Amino acid sequence: MLLAQESATPPGGLAEASVPPPPRLSVPYTRFVLPNGLNVILHEDHSTPMVSVNVWYNVGSGREKPGRTGFAHLFEHIMFEGSGHVPEGKFDEWLEAAGGNNNGSTDGDRTNYWENIPANALDLALFLESDRMGYLVQAMSPEKVDGQRDVVKNERRQSFENRPYGMAWLTLPEHLYPAEHPYHWSTIGSMEDLSAASYEDVLEFFKRFYGPNNATLAIAGDIDPRRTRALVEKWFSDVKPGPAVAPFSAPPAVLNEERRVVLEDRVQLPRLYMAWHSPALLTPGDAELDVLANVLAGGKNSRLYKRLVYDMQIAQDVSAFQSSAALGSNFIIIATARSGHTLSELESVIQEEIERLKREPPSAREVRRAVNQFEAGFLDRLERIGGFGGKADQLNSYYLRTGNPDFFNEDLSRYHAIDPADVQAVAQSCLDEGRVLLSIVPEGKTELQAQPKRRAES
Amino acid sequence: VITSPRVLLRSAVLGAGCSLCLVETALAQAPDRSKPPELGPPPALTLPPIARHTLSNGVTVLLLEKHQVPVVQVNLVARAGSAMDPDGKIGLASMTAAMLDEGAGRRDALAVADAVDYLGAQLGVTAEQHATTLSMHTPVSRLDSALAVFADVALRPAFSPEELERQRRQRLTALAQQHDEPRIVASVLFARVLYGENHPYGRRAGGVERSVRSFTVQDLQDFHQTWFRPDNAALIVVGDVRAEMILPRLETIFGGAQWGVAGGGGGGGGGRETPDPRWPEVSQVSRRRLYLVDIPGAAQTEVVVGRIGVSRSTPDYYSLVVMNTVLGGSFTSRLNQNLREDKGYSYGASSGFGFDRLAGPFSARSSVHTDVTDKALAEVMRELRRIRERVPGEELERAKNYVALRFPERFESVASIARQLGELYVYDLPLDYYNQYTRRILSVTARDVQRAAQQYLDPERSAIVLVGDRAKIEPGVKALKLGPVETMTVEEVLGPVPVMASIR
Repeated sequence: MLLAQESATPPGGLAEASVPPPPRLSVPYTRFVLPNGLNVILHEDHSTPMVSVNVWYNVGSGREKPGRTGFAHLFEHIMFEGSGHVPEGKFDEWLEAAGGNNNGSTDGDRTNYWENIPANALDLALFLESDRMGYLVQAMSPEKVDGQRDVVKNERRQSFENRPYGMAWLTLPEHLYPAEHPYHWSTIGSMEDLSAASYEDVLEFFKRFYGPNNATLAIAGDIDPRRTRALVEKWFSDVKPGPAVAPFSAPPAVLNEERRVVLEDRVQLPRLYMAWHSPALLTPGDAELDVLANVLAGGKNSRLYKRLVYDMQIAQDVSAFQSSAALGSNFIIIATARSGHTLSELESVIQEEIERLKREPPSAREVRRAVNQFEAGFLDRLERIGGFGGKADQLNSYYLRTGNPDFFNEDLSRYHAIDPADVQAVAQSCLDEGRVLLSIVPEGKTELQAQPKRRAES
Repeated sequence: VITSPRVLLRSAVLGAGCSLCLVETALAQAPDRSKPPELGPPPALTLPPIARHTLSNGVTVLLLEKHQVPVVQVNLVARAGSAMDPDGKIGLASMTAAMLDEGAGRRDALAVADAVDYLGAQLGVTAEQHATTLSMHTPVSRLDSALAVFADVALRPAFSPEELERQRRQRLTALAQQHDEPRIVASVLFARVLYGENHPYGRRAGGVERSVRSFTVQDLQDFHQTWFRPDNAALIVVGDVRAEMILPRLETIFGGAQWGVAGGGGGGGGGRETPDPRWPEVSQVSRRRLYLVDIPGAAQTEVVVGRIGVSRSTPDYYSLVVMNTVLGGSFTSRLNQNLREDKGYSYGASSGFGFDRLAGPFSARSSVHTDVTDKALAEVMRELRRIRERVPGEELERAKNYVALRFPERFESVASIARQLGELYVYDLPLDYYNQYTRRILSVTARDVQRAAQQYLDPERSAIVLVGDRAKIEPGVKALKLGPVETMTVEEVLGPVPVMASIR
């Protein structure tokens, strides 16, 4: 259960009144490791009679070999197509018949899977997860690969090609990272590489990365830990370990110069993307950049929203975020120009505000306002046991990234430790000239792009 | 909000309190994998009681205590939505909603946002056809301060002329951006084809250029005073609060105040009664017709097939929910299995009823690869015919369980619970409604499902909207001989792109 130590609310407090001290977060768990190397985390929460089973494999699209971009994600799809003792189609049918829901996701670093089920169906979910962890290839066929290949190609069309500005997310990484860096290619991959993916690739990838020793299983919800542990041992003990997996690594990516890129798209308004390299997930500077993003573009009083959208009214929207990842992150600012305005106009205002934050730190209130929002977000993430971002998912995420599943309070403490000078410091160290400026403009209107200009005299 | 799609889903050192122990070499026998494990009976969901109160001025309060996490959700639900947009003022409900937090009480727009953000609260407002929901999510430690801002926004919006101009430019630009979105083009056209432009369900809830340009501060005040009234609104409170603590506060803040006194305007909570709105009759789709909107070069075609459905109050509600789950309401549903898993035409296909106070639309939808548009459409039509036959027992049981046994998930987060309670108010459902839900779903029979499908689905009398690359898809679609094909441009659907030069 959550332990929240709250002070009494100040009587009749107004919005301007002092805010109470932060809650102390804790998600108690038990953890054990099976002889085959599978890490297991259990967390009880009896709020509803539901359980979530969540598995993270420590492999993402960053591990793909040349000519096979998109493969880790295609493989994730294939994981739902049946395994040694689960005929094709039954994974979903059996879960739905038990009142369960499921999904999976892939990014550059990792792949995760979950089933949300009524408490009585835990046995079924563990059977299904263990069967595909242990016996996927027994049921694999070239036809299954072909089927999901078509689905994933349609996902690419739907989420990127046929979506306004969708090509931005395929373009930015190519310019941010050198060709050999694991983040150079997008997780969805290229159509050519998806076409090339083979049945043999599936066997090889499974053997190399999908062993229990490269996975972590979290079970949260309406469980009895002793009985659950016995069920985990029953279903997962016969899964054979895989080879040891080398740590995921790459030399740090550096951009020493500005790169300007222009794309034309079927859109009404031009949109500017500014992207920098930034510190990796959970490393020093990562939380500071979350706060910087909020100071720049979180809410109406943020610097860029207030100037571009509220006062000048030359932009329709602006956003900024730290997109955190294991080998290194990206700090990204996005703004869409109103009709009659160019991306160069937006760029110069954004640059002014960046320079201002490098010159002088944000106010204490701006930083506190941001930290208060992050703090509230931590509470919200304790409400659900399952699905993406539920407690089971977070326990696995923290375990994989820090070795401590209950890293909630340590994570929140990063934000509480930030003062305005820290935010200024990351603006100075991160938002430099080594960056990608991507202009997406309406077809035939390249004059709206963010134009390179002569360097300032200084 | 734009975020990075770094994560693609499928359809998209030890801490304190931890015990690490390695399992002794397994005595465990190899498990029996020859068949899926037998499951015991599903657990019952016992919902905490929903308490209903009435403030002294008539405001309904629905309260559910939930103490697991120190957060609270407060929603104000008014029975006011785009179905109440006056003639010529399409989008007024939506604009009124958007303007609520653009200055309220003694705070201007920036001060409202600063107060909410500083508290770590989230304030949102959505206008639907028959309801406007102002929602606030906050750590319970900040509830007092957050409630004060919330009450100002709900009851004392400023509706300042300057902020209206800002919102007008924002909205006109958003209307222009709709031209970029094939999915929106398809939805707008589908609604219009079914209901016509004289019915609120056939119009664009966000407004059109002409109406958005026409809104005045007086329009907003009139709409707010007409509909945001104690006898036409409910407060929904869910979370880590105690009834005896929160109810007196709600009485003080919402129970005595005159409602509808906005921006120095007159009117008020007394006097006139809330109007009883009337809507024109609509006629069902009488013959099959296709509408093809051209987007040259589109990688996919948006496919929408459907007709007018039925209202939320229908006694067939549960039969229809189960029927739709079989057809297109889950991953293993027929539409998704056929178009995605079997044929690989799409990333997904689904169907649904827009149950509302009036009969909302039924639609089956998918985004399909341009090259297989005709084949995909033929499969959608095939599934719409096939669902009218008796559904096999195993498939029916699966659909019923999927809906009924997954139901507790809706009662996990305070925001989700508050949405459920809001539905009770908007659709006049009894307080024990959710306690009956699982049983009612599980009692639906194959005969019920077949009758519902035959009564409400009719592939011969449906509208078909396709938005995609006409040159590539028209020949194949015409060869299906499904009916007359009317071709259109995006501008013929949405109107010309609003001319921004005159905005600023």
